Amino acid sequence: MNILIVGGGKPVYFLCRTFLAKGHEVTIINRDHDECIQLARRLNATIVHGDGSDPVILEEAGAHAAGAVLAVTPNDQDNLAVCQIAQLRFDTPRAVALANDPDNEEVFKKLGVSAFSTTRIITSLIEQRTLLDDVINLIPAGEGKVNITEIALTEESPVSGNALRDLALPHGCLVAVVLRNGDAVVPDGSTELRAGDHIVVITLPGNHGPALRAITGETA
Amino acid sequence: MSEHLYAVIVGCGRLGALLANQLSRKGHSVVAIDNDADAFAGLAAEYSGFRIEGEATELAVLKEAKVDKADLVISTTREDNVNLMVAQIAKEVFKVPRVMARVFLPEYEDSYRRMGIEVVCPTRAAADMFLNALAEEEGSPK
Repeated sequence: MNILIVGGGKPVYFLCRTFLAKGHEVTIINRDHDECIQLARRLNATIVHGDGSDPVILEEAGAHAAGAVLAVTPNDQDNLAVCQIAQLRFDTPRAVALANDPDNEEVFKKLGVSAFSTTRIITSLIEQRTLLDDVINLIPAGEGKVNITEIALTEESPVSGNALRDLALPHGCLVAVVLRNGDAVVPDGSTELRAGDHIVVITLPGNHGPALRAITGETA
Repeated sequence: MSEHLYAVIVGCGRLGALLANQLSRKGHSVVAIDNDADAFAGLAAEYSGFRIEGEATELAVLKEAKVDKADLVISTTREDNVNLMVAQIAKEVFKVPRVMARVFLPEYEDSYRRMGIEVVCPTRAAADMFLNALAEEEGSPK
């Protein structure tokens, strides 16, 4: 896929490197001439110098052929404009804007642009991790309507030593995968959980807290 | 525009200050927003409206200016993208009945007009005035 990124700084460099490693073709639009030269030297990507919200620059950067446009500048107004121009003028199938101000995540969605807030994602990660030591990984999915959580089970976990069907988990909570000795297994009711297992649990925000408490036994 | 209006002017540069002063003089309630407190120096001594220092692209600042109660929002900052974002938020989030934005880039006009934003493009307006002045001279009898 052709991915068009508008922005600069370390996040754009590493984003680009990651996309390239996955086999995508990447074009970066950046306003800073010196940074463009640096990016061109270090990345096997097309670098375009200019204002990414200017339709002329977007066209030059191949916006017509882009499968996705990603606007991650430090200015929300620019990220919004990039995505809107990409959608209105170039029929970009997918345009995503970074909302630096977390309030703007909701605002951008109302204005027809999908958005994400790193502040909100990091806040939720930190809250979840400091809340429970055993929670290793938490990914919000479905625009925050679903949580996917990886939990390490210990001897103290109340669920250790029990079969899934015997657990008193809240409604709407699913143990989707059990990771044991490096193998990932999709469990059924007879699967017994053991200390040392990592389990991947899918919850809805409403029952996320109760589900985690039931699994880890922590009351925080 | 005879009735009393609650107007929010975003950007208090030359154009914003001019608009704020005129609307205030006509007896309308005016709030001027700018991210630079020094910009308010452009407001006339008899300006009776409010001044808010802050970034208008932050929802919190627009709420402080009570944009949800506004009859009119005009966004006149130096940055097209700020004006277009503010105008869209005023229209779509706060449902302000009349929303206008200054946009320098002529290429933007069509796209945003189709989205229902009243766009004033000084670049195109000036070009039209120059061309009209030339056309009048050519058309006038010698």
